[in-house]
Amino acid sequence: MDRQTLDRLTRLSQLQLSPEEERLVLEDLGHIVALIDEMQAIDTEGVEPLAHPLDMDQPLRHDAVTEAVDRARFLAVAPLTRDGLYLVPKVVE
Amino acid sequence: MAAMDWESVIGLEIHVQLATRSKIFSGAEAAFGAPPNTRACAVDLGMPGVLPVLNREAVRMALTFGLAIDAEIARTCRFDRKNYFYPDLPKGYQISQFDQPIVGAGVVEMEIDGATRRIGIRRAHLEEDAGKSLHEDYADMTGIDLNRAGTPLLEVVSEPDLRTPAEAEAFFREMHAVVRYLGICDGNLNEGSMRGDANVSVRPRGQQRLGERTEIKNLNSFRFLRQAIAHEIDRQIGVLESGGGVVRETRLYDPRADETRPMRGKELSDDYRYFPDPDLLPVRVTSELLAEARALVPELPRAKRRRYREDLGLSDSDTGFLTGDPDVAAYFEATLATGCGAKPAANWIMDRVAASLNRSGLDISGCPVAPEQLGRLIARIEEGVISGKIAGTVFDVVWEEGGEVDAIIDARGLRQVSDTGELDRIVRQVVADHPEQVEQFRAGKEKVLGFFVGRVMRETGGKADPRQVNVLLRDALRAR
Repeated sequence: MDRQTLDRLTRLSQLQLSPEEERLVLEDLGHIVALIDEMQAIDTEGVEPLAHPLDMDQPLRHDAVTEAVDRARFLAVAPLTRDGLYLVPKVVE
Repeated sequence: MAAMDWESVIGLEIHVQLATRSKIFSGAEAAFGAPPNTRACAVDLGMPGVLPVLNREAVRMALTFGLAIDAEIARTCRFDRKNYFYPDLPKGYQISQFDQPIVGAGVVEMEIDGATRRIGIRRAHLEEDAGKSLHEDYADMTGIDLNRAGTPLLEVVSEPDLRTPAEAEAFFREMHAVVRYLGICDGNLNEGSMRGDANVSVRPRGQQRLGERTEIKNLNSFRFLRQAIAHEIDRQIGVLESGGGVVRETRLYDPRADETRPMRGKELSDDYRYFPDPDLLPVRVTSELLAEARALVPELPRAKRRRYREDLGLSDSDTGFLTGDPDVAAYFEATLATGCGAKPAANWIMDRVAASLNRSGLDISGCPVAPEQLGRLIARIEEGVISGKIAGTVFDVVWEEGGEVDAIIDARGLRQVSDTGELDRIVRQVVADHPEQVEQFRAGKEKVLGFFVGRVMRETGGKADPRQVNVLLRDALRAR
Protein backbone atom coordinates (compact mmCIF):
# COMPACT_ATOMS: atom_id res chain seq x y z
CA MET A 1 0.00 0.00 0.00
CA ASP A 2 1.70 3.19 -1.07
CA ARG A 3 0.94 6.88 -0.94
CA GLN A 4 0.04 7.05 -4.63
CA THR A 5 -2.59 4.33 -4.33
CA LEU A 6 -4.01 6.03 -1.26
CA ASP A 7 -4.26 9.34 -3.14
CA ARG A 8 -6.15 7.64 -5.89
CA LEU A 9 -8.52 5.93 -3.47
CA THR A 10 -9.30 9.09 -1.54
CA ARG A 11 -9.96 10.92 -4.79
CA LEU A 12 -12.29 8.18 -6.02
CA SER A 13 -14.11 8.15 -2.68
CA GLN A 14 -14.23 11.94 -2.45
CA LEU A 15 -12.53 11.90 0.93
CA GLN A 16 -10.15 14.45 2.38
CA LEU A 17 -7.75 13.13 5.01
CA SER A 18 -5.54 15.02 7.42
CA PRO A 19 -1.85 13.94 7.48
CA GLU A 20 -2.51 12.08 10.73
CA GLU A 21 -5.53 10.29 9.25
CA GLU A 22 -3.55 9.44 6.15
CA ARG A 23 -0.86 7.76 8.27
CA LEU A 24 -3.49 5.70 10.13
CA VAL A 25 -5.44 4.74 7.02
CA LEU A 26 -2.28 3.79 5.16
CA GLU A 27 -1.34 1.48 8.01
CA ASP A 28 -4.86 0.02 8.23
CA LEU A 29 -5.15 -0.58 4.52
CA GLY A 30 -1.70 -2.17 4.55
CA HIS A 31 -2.98 -4.78 7.02
CA ILE A 32 -6.09 -5.37 4.96
CA VAL A 33 -4.12 -5.81 1.75
CA ALA A 34 -1.80 -8.23 3.50
CA LEU A 35 -4.82 -10.23 4.64
CA ILE A 36 -6.18 -10.28 1.09
CA ASP A 37 -2.79 -11.43 -0.22
CA GLU A 38 -2.91 -14.28 2.27
CA MET A 39 -6.42 -15.24 1.13
CA GLN A 40 -5.38 -15.11 -2.49
CA ALA A 41 -2.76 -17.75 -1.82
CA ILE A 42 -5.57 -20.25 -1.19
CA ASP A 43 -6.22 -22.63 -4.06
CA THR A 44 -9.79 -21.86 -5.26
CA GLU A 45 -9.56 -23.89 -8.45
CA GLY A 46 -13.06 -25.14 -9.35
CA VAL A 47 -14.78 -23.18 -6.58
CA GLU A 48 -17.78 -21.14 -7.74
CA PRO A 49 -17.48 -17.52 -6.61
CA LEU A 50 -20.04 -16.68 -3.95
CA ALA A 51 -22.31 -13.82 -4.99
CA HIS A 52 -24.02 -13.56 -1.64
CA PRO A 53 -23.55 -15.21 1.76
CA LEU A 54 -27.26 -16.06 1.96
CA ASP A 55 -28.17 -19.16 0.00
CA MET A 56 -31.44 -17.71 -1.30
CA ASP A 57 -32.88 -16.24 -4.49
CA GLN A 58 -33.88 -12.62 -4.88
CA PRO A 59 -37.60 -12.22 -4.15
CA LEU A 60 -39.41 -10.31 -6.89
CA ARG A 61 -41.91 -7.54 -6.33
CA HIS A 62 -45.10 -7.14 -8.36
CA ASP A 63 -45.10 -4.09 -10.59
CA ALA A 64 -47.43 -1.88 -8.57
CA VAL A 65 -47.13 1.67 -7.30
CA THR A 66 -47.07 1.34 -3.53
CA GLU A 67 -45.08 4.40 -2.42
CA ALA A 68 -46.72 7.78 -2.00
CA VAL A 69 -44.03 10.46 -2.02
CA ASP A 70 -44.22 13.17 0.62
CA ARG A 71 -41.88 15.59 -1.11
CA ALA A 72 -41.97 18.27 1.56
CA ARG A 73 -40.76 15.77 4.16
CA PHE A 74 -37.79 14.73 2.04
CA LEU A 75 -36.91 18.28 0.99
CA ALA A 76 -36.99 19.40 4.64
CA VAL A 77 -33.79 17.51 5.46
CA ALA A 78 -31.84 18.92 2.50
CA PRO A 79 -29.53 21.91 3.07
CA LEU A 80 -30.85 23.85 0.09
CA THR A 81 -33.95 23.49 -2.08
CA ARG A 82 -35.95 25.62 -4.51
CA ASP A 83 -39.04 25.05 -6.66
CA GLY A 84 -39.16 21.46 -5.45
CA LEU A 85 -35.57 20.82 -6.55
CA TYR A 86 -32.54 19.93 -4.45
CA LEU A 87 -29.87 22.56 -5.04
CA VAL A 88 -26.18 21.67 -5.15
CA PRO A 89 -23.08 23.68 -6.06
CA LYS A 90 -22.88 24.15 -9.83
CA VAL A 91 -21.90 21.01 -11.71
CA VAL A 92 -20.29 21.76 -15.05
CA GLU A 93 -21.04 19.34 -17.85
CA MET B 1 -0.41 12.86 -50.18
CA ALA B 2 -2.93 10.48 -51.67
CA ALA B 3 -6.07 10.19 -49.59
CA MET B 4 -6.15 6.94 -47.67
CA ASP B 5 -9.22 4.70 -47.84
CA TRP B 6 -10.59 4.64 -44.29
CA GLU B 7 -13.13 2.28 -42.81
CA SER B 8 -15.15 3.28 -39.79
CA VAL B 9 -16.20 0.82 -37.10
CA ILE B 10 -19.19 1.62 -34.89
CA GLY B 11 -20.81 -0.05 -31.93
CA LEU B 12 -23.85 1.26 -30.08
CA GLU B 13 -24.96 1.08 -26.47
CA ILE B 14 -28.65 1.78 -26.26
CA HIS B 15 -30.42 2.59 -23.00
CA VAL B 16 -34.02 1.48 -23.22
CA GLN B 17 -36.35 2.82 -20.53
CA LEU B 18 -38.66 -0.04 -19.62
CA ALA B 19 -42.36 0.82 -19.53
CA THR B 20 -43.11 -0.51 -16.05
CA ARG B 21 -45.61 1.19 -13.77
CA SER B 22 -43.25 1.35 -10.81
CA LYS B 23 -39.48 1.69 -10.51
CA ILE B 24 -36.99 -1.13 -10.76
CA PHE B 25 -36.19 -1.30 -7.03
CA SER B 26 -38.98 0.68 -5.37
CA GLY B 27 -42.76 1.06 -5.41
CA ALA B 28 -42.61 4.72 -6.54
CA GLU B 29 -44.36 5.55 -9.79
CA ALA B 30 -42.17 5.59 -12.90
CA ALA B 31 -43.74 8.47 -14.78
CA PHE B 32 -42.43 11.21 -17.03
CA GLY B 33 -43.37 14.85 -16.53
CA ALA B 34 -44.45 14.85 -12.88
CA PRO B 35 -43.54 17.89 -10.72
CA PRO B 36 -39.90 17.58 -9.56
CA ASN B 37 -39.13 15.08 -6.83
CA THR B 38 -42.72 13.95 -6.39
CA ARG B 39 -41.88 10.47 -7.74
CA ALA B 40 -38.69 9.90 -5.75
CA CYS B 41 -39.31 7.82 -2.64
CA ALA B 42 -36.94 6.97 0.22
CA VAL B 43 -35.45 4.04 -1.74
CA ASP B 44 -34.80 6.18 -4.83
CA LEU B 45 -33.22 8.86 -2.64
CA GLY B 46 -30.90 6.34 -1.00
CA MET B 47 -32.12 7.17 2.50
CA PRO B 48 -30.37 5.22 5.27
CA GLY B 49 -31.89 1.85 6.05
CA VAL B 50 -33.80 1.31 2.82
CA LEU B 51 -33.48 -1.85 0.78
CA PRO B 52 -34.07 -2.37 -2.96
CA VAL B 53 -36.60 -5.03 -4.03
CA LEU B 54 -36.48 -6.05 -7.68
CA ASN B 55 -39.49 -5.41 -9.93
CA ARG B 56 -40.61 -8.69 -11.52
CA GLU B 57 -41.98 -6.96 -14.60
CA ALA B 58 -38.61 -5.34 -15.39
CA VAL B 59 -37.06 -8.81 -15.33
CA ARG B 60 -39.86 -10.17 -17.52
CA MET B 61 -39.37 -7.37 -20.07
CA ALA B 62 -35.61 -7.97 -20.25
CA LEU B 63 -36.33 -11.66 -20.87
CA THR B 64 -38.88 -10.88 -23.58
CA PHE B 65 -36.25 -8.76 -25.31
CA GLY B 66 -33.63 -11.49 -24.98
CA LEU B 67 -35.95 -14.09 -26.47
CA ALA B 68 -36.91 -11.75 -29.32
CA ILE B 69 -33.27 -11.39 -30.40
CA ASP B 70 -32.50 -15.12 -29.99
CA ALA B 71 -30.08 -14.35 -27.20
CA GLU B 72 -28.55 -16.57 -24.58
CA ILE B 73 -30.53 -16.10 -21.37
CA ALA B 74 -28.82 -16.37 -18.02
CA ARG B 75 -30.22 -18.94 -15.58
CA THR B 76 -29.12 -16.75 -12.74
CA CYS B 77 -27.86 -13.21 -12.87
CA ARG B 78 -26.62 -10.70 -10.38
CA PHE B 79 -26.63 -7.01 -9.61
CA ASP B 80 -23.46 -5.04 -9.00
CA ARG B 81 -22.74 -1.56 -7.76
CA LYS B 82 -21.14 0.84 -10.21
CA ASN B 83 -19.51 3.50 -8.08
CA TYR B 84 -19.16 7.15 -9.05
CA PHE B 85 -20.09 10.51 -7.64
CA TYR B 86 -22.53 12.80 -9.33
CA PRO B 87 -25.31 14.83 -7.65
CA ASP B 88 -28.11 13.14 -9.61
CA LEU B 89 -26.96 9.74 -8.33
CA PRO B 90 -28.05 9.88 -4.68
CA LYS B 91 -26.49 6.67 -3.41
CA GLY B 92 -23.05 7.33 -4.88
CA TYR B 93 -23.46 4.16 -6.92
CA GLN B 94 -25.75 2.89 -9.63
CA ILE B 95 -27.22 -0.58 -9.28
CA SER B 96 -26.32 -2.27 -12.55
CA GLN B 97 -25.13 -5.62 -13.85
CA PHE B 98 -21.48 -6.27 -14.57
CA ASP B 99 -20.20 -9.75 -15.36
CA GLN B 100 -23.52 -11.60 -15.04
CA PRO B 101 -26.03 -9.76 -17.26
CA ILE B 102 -29.52 -11.20 -17.69
CA VAL B 103 -29.25 -11.33 -21.51
CA GLY B 104 -26.17 -12.61 -23.33
CA ALA B 105 -25.20 -12.72 -27.01
CA GLY B 106 -27.98 -12.35 -29.59
CA VAL B 107 -28.63 -10.82 -32.98
CA VAL B 108 -30.79 -8.05 -34.47
CA GLU B 109 -31.70 -8.28 -38.13
CA MET B 110 -32.17 -5.02 -39.99
CA GLU B 111 -32.59 -3.86 -43.56
CA ILE B 112 -30.62 -1.16 -45.28
CA ASP B 113 -30.65 -0.28 -48.99
CA GLY B 114 -32.72 -3.38 -49.74
CA ALA B 115 -30.22 -5.73 -48.10
CA THR B 116 -30.51 -7.58 -44.80
CA ARG B 117 -27.78 -7.12 -42.19
CA ARG B 118 -27.38 -9.10 -38.99
CA ILE B 119 -25.94 -7.04 -36.15
CA GLY B 120 -24.53 -8.88 -33.15
CA ILE B 121 -25.74 -7.99 -29.67
CA ARG B 122 -23.06 -8.61 -27.08
CA ARG B 123 -25.31 -8.38 -24.03
CA ALA B 124 -28.23 -6.56 -22.45
CA HIS B 125 -28.37 -5.80 -18.75
CA LEU B 126 -30.77 -4.27 -16.26
CA GLU B 127 -29.91 -1.16 -14.30
CA GLU B 128 -31.47 1.86 -12.64
CA ASP B 129 -31.56 5.29 -14.26
CA ALA B 130 -30.13 8.37 -12.52
CA GLY B 131 -31.97 11.64 -11.81
CA LYS B 132 -31.69 14.83 -13.83
CA SER B 133 -29.41 17.81 -13.31
CA LEU B 134 -30.78 21.20 -14.35
CA HIS B 135 -27.89 23.55 -14.99
CA GLU B 136 -29.58 26.55 -16.52
CA ASP B 137 -32.02 28.08 -14.11
CA TYR B 138 -30.03 28.73 -10.95
CA ALA B 139 -26.96 30.97 -10.85
CA ASP B 140 -23.97 29.08 -9.43
CA MET B 141 -26.23 26.21 -8.45
CA THR B 142 -27.50 23.07 -10.09
CA GLY B 143 -31.05 21.88 -9.48
CA ILE B 144 -31.59 18.16 -8.96
CA ASP B 145 -34.81 16.35 -9.87
CA LEU B 146 -34.71 12.72 -8.79
CA ASN B 147 -38.01 11.59 -10.32
CA ARG B 148 -36.14 9.57 -12.95
CA ALA B 149 -33.84 7.95 -10.37
CA GLY B 150 -34.65 4.26 -10.19
CA THR B 151 -36.48 4.06 -13.50
CA PRO B 152 -35.67 0.66 -15.03
CA LEU B 153 -33.26 0.63 -17.96
CA LEU B 154 -32.23 -2.16 -20.24
CA GLU B 155 -28.79 -1.32 -21.63
CA VAL B 156 -28.28 -3.10 -24.94
CA VAL B 157 -24.68 -3.33 -26.14
CA SER B 158 -24.04 -4.11 -29.81
CA GLU B 159 -20.94 -5.67 -31.29
CA PRO B 160 -18.85 -3.25 -33.39
CA ASP B 161 -20.62 -4.61 -36.47
CA LEU B 162 -21.76 -1.28 -37.92
CA ARG B 163 -19.68 0.36 -40.65
CA THR B 164 -21.36 3.65 -41.59
CA PRO B 165 -23.41 6.39 -39.90
CA ALA B 166 -26.40 5.28 -42.04
CA GLU B 167 -26.05 1.72 -40.75
CA ALA B 168 -25.88 2.97 -37.18
CA GLU B 169 -29.07 4.95 -37.74
CA ALA B 170 -30.80 1.96 -39.34
CA PHE B 171 -29.82 -0.16 -36.34
CA PHE B 172 -31.12 2.44 -33.88
CA ARG B 173 -34.39 2.58 -35.83
CA GLU B 174 -34.68 -1.21 -35.85
CA MET B 175 -34.06 -1.34 -32.09
CA HIS B 176 -36.69 1.37 -31.64
CA ALA B 177 -39.20 -0.68 -33.64
CA VAL B 178 -38.34 -3.91 -31.81
CA VAL B 179 -38.78 -2.52 -28.28
CA ARG B 180 -42.04 -0.88 -29.30
CA TYR B 181 -43.34 -4.10 -30.86
CA LEU B 182 -42.44 -5.90 -27.65
CA GLY B 183 -44.30 -3.25 -25.66
CA ILE B 184 -41.35 -2.89 -23.27
CA CYS B 185 -40.65 0.80 -24.05
CA ASP B 186 -42.83 3.69 -25.17
CA GLY B 187 -40.09 4.70 -27.64
CA ASN B 188 -40.56 8.39 -26.94
CA LEU B 189 -37.20 9.83 -27.98
CA ASN B 190 -38.10 13.39 -26.95
CA GLU B 191 -38.59 12.22 -23.39
CA GLY B 192 -35.34 10.26 -23.41
CA SER B 193 -37.01 6.85 -23.41
CA MET B 194 -34.25 5.58 -25.70
CA ARG B 195 -30.73 7.03 -25.57
CA GLY B 196 -27.72 5.88 -27.50
CA ASP B 197 -23.98 6.05 -26.89
CA ALA B 198 -21.79 5.41 -29.92
CA ASN B 199 -18.30 3.90 -29.89
CA VAL B 200 -16.51 5.07 -33.01
CA SER B 201 -13.10 4.27 -34.49
CA VAL B 202 -11.51 4.33 -37.92
CA ARG B 203 -8.84 2.16 -39.56
CA PRO B 204 -7.27 1.87 -43.00
CA ARG B 205 -9.52 -0.41 -45.06
CA GLY B 206 -8.21 -3.96 -44.96
CA GLN B 207 -6.56 -3.61 -41.55
CA GLN B 208 -7.75 -6.19 -39.01
CA ARG B 209 -6.81 -4.40 -35.81
CA LEU B 210 -9.30 -1.78 -34.60
CA GLY B 211 -8.24 1.84 -34.30
CA GLU B 212 -8.41 3.73 -30.98
CA ARG B 213 -12.03 4.62 -30.24
CA THR B 214 -13.96 7.44 -28.71
CA GLU B 215 -17.40 7.29 -27.14
CA ILE B 216 -20.10 9.84 -27.97
CA LYS B 217 -22.69 10.10 -25.22
CA ASN B 218 -26.40 10.77 -25.08
CA LEU B 219 -27.63 10.61 -28.67
CA ASN B 220 -31.40 10.71 -28.49
CA SER B 221 -32.59 11.24 -32.04
CA PHE B 222 -32.11 9.27 -35.26
CA ARG B 223 -30.73 12.32 -37.05
CA PHE B 224 -28.34 13.44 -34.29
CA LEU B 225 -27.01 9.91 -33.97
CA ARG B 226 -26.13 9.78 -37.66
CA GLN B 227 -24.74 13.33 -37.74
CA ALA B 228 -22.67 12.92 -34.58
CA ILE B 229 -21.09 9.69 -35.83
CA ALA B 230 -20.42 11.17 -39.30
CA HIS B 231 -18.78 14.17 -37.71
CA GLU B 232 -16.68 12.06 -35.35
CA ILE B 233 -15.46 9.84 -38.22
CA ASP B 234 -14.37 12.94 -40.17
CA ARG B 235 -12.65 14.35 -37.09
CA GLN B 236 -10.72 11.13 -36.43
CA ILE B 237 -9.63 10.83 -40.06
CA GLY B 238 -8.50 14.46 -39.92
CA VAL B 239 -6.44 13.80 -36.78
CA LEU B 240 -4.83 10.66 -38.27
CA GLU B 241 -4.11 12.18 -41.68
CA SER B 242 -2.36 15.14 -40.07
CA GLY B 243 -0.09 12.70 -38.28
CA GLY B 244 -1.78 12.76 -34.88
CA GLY B 245 -3.35 10.01 -32.81
CA VAL B 246 -6.94 9.52 -31.63
CA VAL B 247 -7.24 9.85 -27.86
CA ARG B 248 -9.55 7.44 -26.10
CA GLU B 249 -12.13 9.68 -24.46
CA THR B 250 -15.80 10.43 -24.00
CA ARG B 251 -17.25 13.18 -26.16
CA LEU B 252 -20.54 15.03 -26.31
CA TYR B 253 -22.30 15.99 -29.52
CA ASP B 254 -23.47 19.58 -29.94
CA PRO B 255 -26.19 19.54 -32.61
CA ARG B 256 -26.14 23.34 -32.97
CA ALA B 257 -22.46 23.49 -33.87
CA ASP B 258 -22.57 20.00 -35.47
CA GLU B 259 -19.42 18.89 -33.66
CA THR B 260 -18.33 16.64 -30.82
CA ARG B 261 -16.36 17.97 -27.87
CA PRO B 262 -14.49 16.13 -25.12
CA MET B 263 -16.52 15.79 -21.95
CA ARG B 264 -14.82 17.49 -19.06
CA GLY B 265 -14.50 16.46 -15.45
CA LYS B 266 -14.92 12.72 -15.83
CA GLU B 267 -11.26 11.75 -15.98
CA LEU B 268 -11.63 9.39 -13.02
CA SER B 269 -14.90 7.90 -14.07
CA ASP B 270 -13.32 4.91 -15.77
CA ASP B 271 -12.68 3.30 -12.41
CA TYR B 272 -16.15 2.26 -11.33
CA ARG B 273 -14.98 -0.36 -8.79
CA TYR B 274 -17.87 -2.73 -9.51
CA PHE B 275 -18.70 -5.21 -6.79
CA PRO B 276 -21.75 -7.41 -6.07
CA ASP B 277 -24.52 -5.42 -4.38
CA PRO B 278 -24.93 -7.02 -0.95
CA ASP B 279 -28.50 -5.66 -0.75
CA LEU B 280 -29.64 -7.88 -3.60
CA LEU B 281 -29.58 -11.67 -3.85
CA PRO B 282 -28.81 -13.52 -7.07
CA VAL B 283 -31.82 -13.54 -9.40
CA ARG B 284 -32.99 -16.96 -10.55
CA VAL B 285 -34.64 -16.94 -13.95
CA THR B 286 -37.33 -19.55 -13.41
CA SER B 287 -38.94 -21.53 -16.24
CA GLU B 288 -42.24 -19.94 -15.22
CA LEU B 289 -40.84 -16.44 -15.79
CA LEU B 290 -39.29 -17.52 -19.08
CA ALA B 291 -42.55 -19.01 -20.32
CA GLU B 292 -44.37 -15.84 -19.40
CA ALA B 293 -41.79 -13.74 -21.25
CA ARG B 294 -41.92 -16.01 -24.30
CA ALA B 295 -45.71 -15.76 -24.51
CA LEU B 296 -45.36 -12.00 -24.87
CA VAL B 297 -43.07 -12.03 -27.92
CA PRO B 298 -45.27 -10.88 -30.81
CA GLU B 299 -44.60 -11.03 -34.55
CA LEU B 300 -41.45 -8.93 -34.92
CA PRO B 301 -40.69 -6.26 -37.55
CA ARG B 302 -38.47 -8.57 -39.61
CA ALA B 303 -41.16 -11.29 -39.79
CA LYS B 304 -43.81 -8.72 -40.60
CA ARG B 305 -41.68 -7.25 -43.38
CA ARG B 306 -41.26 -10.69 -44.91
CA ARG B 307 -44.98 -11.44 -44.67
CA TYR B 308 -46.03 -8.09 -46.17
CA ARG B 309 -43.66 -8.61 -49.08
CA GLU B 310 -44.26 -12.28 -49.75
CA ASP B 311 -47.92 -12.75 -48.84
CA LEU B 312 -49.30 -9.31 -49.62
CA GLY B 313 -46.98 -8.44 -52.50
CA LEU B 314 -46.06 -5.02 -51.13
CA SER B 315 -42.90 -3.16 -52.16
CA ASP B 316 -39.89 -2.63 -49.90
CA SER B 317 -40.75 1.00 -49.30
CA ASP B 318 -44.43 0.27 -48.50
CA THR B 319 -43.30 -2.48 -46.16
CA GLY B 320 -40.73 -0.26 -44.48
CA PHE B 321 -43.29 2.46 -43.83
CA LEU B 322 -46.00 0.14 -42.52
CA THR B 323 -43.79 -1.94 -40.21
CA GLY B 324 -41.65 0.86 -38.75
CA ASP B 325 -44.24 1.66 -36.09
CA PRO B 326 -46.26 -1.16 -34.51
CA ASP B 327 -49.31 1.13 -34.24
CA VAL B 328 -49.20 1.78 -37.99
CA ALA B 329 -48.87 -1.96 -38.67
CA ALA B 330 -51.82 -2.66 -36.38
CA TYR B 331 -53.92 -0.01 -38.15
CA PHE B 332 -52.99 -1.45 -41.54
CA GLU B 333 -53.90 -4.98 -40.47
CA ALA B 334 -57.21 -3.85 -38.97
CA THR B 335 -57.97 -2.11 -42.28
CA LEU B 336 -57.20 -5.31 -44.19
CA ALA B 337 -59.44 -7.29 -41.86
CA THR B 338 -62.46 -5.64 -43.50
CA GLY B 339 -61.55 -7.40 -46.70
CA CYS B 340 -60.12 -4.60 -48.85
CA GLY B 341 -56.98 -4.96 -50.98
CA ALA B 342 -53.53 -4.64 -49.39
CA LYS B 343 -52.01 -2.28 -51.95
CA PRO B 344 -54.84 0.29 -51.89
CA ALA B 345 -54.91 0.09 -48.09
CA ALA B 346 -51.15 0.73 -47.99
CA ASN B 347 -51.53 3.67 -50.37
CA TRP B 348 -54.36 5.24 -48.40
CA ILE B 349 -52.46 4.95 -45.11
CA MET B 350 -49.22 6.33 -46.55
CA ASP B 351 -50.91 9.20 -48.40
CA ARG B 352 -54.24 10.44 -47.10
CA VAL B 353 -54.07 9.10 -43.54
CA ALA B 354 -50.43 10.07 -42.97
CA ALA B 355 -50.93 13.57 -44.43
CA SER B 356 -54.08 14.19 -42.38
CA LEU B 357 -52.41 12.96 -39.17
CA ASN B 358 -49.41 15.12 -39.90
CA ARG B 359 -51.57 18.19 -40.41
CA SER B 360 -53.44 17.61 -37.16
CA GLY B 361 -50.33 16.64 -35.18
CA LEU B 362 -51.89 13.29 -34.27
CA ASP B 363 -50.48 9.77 -33.86
CA ILE B 364 -52.13 6.95 -35.74
CA SER B 365 -53.46 5.60 -32.45
CA GLY B 366 -55.52 8.79 -32.24
CA CYS B 367 -56.71 8.70 -35.86
CA PRO B 368 -60.34 9.91 -36.03
CA VAL B 369 -61.01 7.52 -38.94
CA ALA B 370 -61.14 4.00 -37.55
CA PRO B 371 -59.42 1.33 -39.67
CA GLU B 372 -62.79 -0.42 -40.16
CA GLN B 373 -64.15 2.72 -41.79
CA LEU B 374 -61.09 3.12 -44.01
CA GLY B 375 -61.34 -0.54 -45.04
CA ARG B 376 -65.01 -0.13 -45.92
CA LEU B 377 -64.25 3.05 -47.86
CA ILE B 378 -61.61 1.28 -49.95
CA ALA B 379 -63.93 -1.67 -50.49
CA ARG B 380 -66.61 0.69 -51.84
CA ILE B 381 -64.11 2.05 -54.38
CA GLU B 382 -63.19 -1.49 -55.37
CA GLU B 383 -66.86 -2.38 -55.77
CA GLY B 384 -67.40 0.67 -57.96
CA VAL B 385 -69.89 2.17 -55.51
CA ILE B 386 -67.90 5.44 -55.29
CA SER B 387 -65.01 6.92 -57.24
CA GLY B 388 -61.60 7.53 -55.70
CA LYS B 389 -62.30 11.25 -55.76
CA ILE B 390 -65.60 10.92 -53.90
CA ALA B 391 -63.87 8.57 -51.44
CA GLY B 392 -61.58 11.45 -50.51
CA THR B 393 -64.64 13.54 -49.67
CA VAL B 394 -66.16 10.73 -47.59
CA PHE B 395 -62.83 10.28 -45.77
CA ASP B 396 -62.79 13.96 -44.86
CA VAL B 397 -66.37 13.80 -43.59
CA VAL B 398 -65.58 10.79 -41.36
CA TRP B 399 -62.42 12.59 -40.17
CA GLU B 400 -64.27 15.79 -39.31
CA GLU B 401 -67.66 14.56 -38.18
CA GLY B 402 -67.27 10.86 -37.49
CA GLY B 403 -69.96 8.50 -38.69
CA GLU B 404 -70.18 5.45 -40.85
CA VAL B 405 -68.95 5.30 -44.45
CA ASP B 406 -72.03 3.67 -46.03
CA ALA B 407 -74.42 5.96 -44.17
CA ILE B 408 -72.52 9.03 -45.37
CA ILE B 409 -72.47 7.80 -48.98
CA ASP B 410 -76.24 7.27 -48.90
CA ALA B 411 -77.18 10.37 -46.92
CA ARG B 412 -75.22 12.62 -49.27
CA GLY B 413 -76.23 10.82 -52.45
CA LEU B 414 -72.62 10.08 -53.34
CA ARG B 415 -73.27 6.68 -54.79
CA GLN B 416 -71.65 6.41 -58.20
CA VAL B 417 -74.02 6.38 -61.18
CA SER B 418 -73.29 2.83 -62.22
CA ASP B 419 -76.76 2.22 -63.63
CA THR B 420 -75.67 1.82 -67.24
CA GLY B 421 -79.04 2.98 -68.58
CA GLU B 422 -78.90 6.27 -66.69
CA LEU B 423 -75.24 6.87 -67.51
CA ASP B 424 -75.77 5.89 -71.14
CA ARG B 425 -78.56 8.45 -71.43
CA ILE B 426 -76.25 11.20 -70.07
CA VAL B 427 -73.40 10.14 -72.37
CA ARG B 428 -75.65 10.22 -75.45
CA GLN B 429 -77.01 13.60 -74.46
CA VAL B 430 -73.50 15.07 -74.05
CA VAL B 431 -72.42 13.63 -77.39
CA ALA B 432 -75.54 15.00 -79.10
CA ASP B 433 -74.96 18.45 -77.62
CA HIS B 434 -71.44 18.79 -79.05
CA PRO B 435 -71.36 17.86 -82.76
CA GLU B 436 -68.27 19.97 -83.40
CA GLN B 437 -66.17 18.03 -80.85
CA VAL B 438 -67.54 14.76 -82.20
CA GLU B 439 -66.18 15.69 -85.63
CA GLN B 440 -62.80 16.49 -84.14
CA PHE B 441 -62.70 13.13 -82.35
CA ARG B 442 -63.62 11.25 -85.49
CA ALA B 443 -60.90 13.15 -87.37
CA GLY B 444 -58.45 11.48 -84.97
CA LYS B 445 -58.13 14.08 -82.24
CA GLU B 446 -58.13 11.65 -79.31
CA LYS B 447 -57.61 14.42 -76.77
CA VAL B 448 -61.20 15.54 -77.22
CA LEU B 449 -62.25 12.46 -75.29
CA GLY B 450 -61.10 14.22 -72.14
CA PHE B 451 -63.49 17.03 -72.88
CA PHE B 452 -66.42 14.59 -73.11
CA VAL B 453 -65.38 12.79 -69.91
CA GLY B 454 -65.29 16.12 -68.11
CA ARG B 455 -68.78 17.01 -69.34
CA VAL B 456 -70.23 13.67 -68.29
CA MET B 457 -68.62 13.90 -64.85
CA ARG B 458 -70.06 17.37 -64.44
CA GLU B 459 -73.53 16.15 -65.41
CA THR B 460 -73.32 13.31 -62.86
CA GLY B 461 -71.89 15.51 -60.11
CA GLY B 462 -68.68 13.47 -60.07
CA LYS B 463 -70.56 10.31 -59.24
CA ALA B 464 -69.74 8.34 -62.38
CA ASP B 465 -66.96 5.78 -62.63
CA PRO B 466 -64.48 7.43 -65.05
CA ARG B 467 -63.50 4.06 -66.54
CA GLN B 468 -67.10 3.23 -67.27
CA VAL B 469 -67.63 6.70 -68.74
CA ASN B 470 -64.67 6.16 -71.03
CA VAL B 471 -66.02 2.90 -72.36
CA LEU B 472 -69.53 4.30 -72.91
CA LEU B 473 -68.20 7.44 -74.58
CA ARG B 474 -66.07 5.54 -77.06
CA ASP B 475 -69.06 3.40 -77.95
CA ALA B 476 -71.30 6.42 -78.39
CA LEU B 477 -68.74 8.36 -80.45
CA ARG B 478 -68.12 5.45 -82.78
CA ALA B 479 -71.81 4.57 -83.09
CA ARG B 480 -72.84 7.64 -84.99
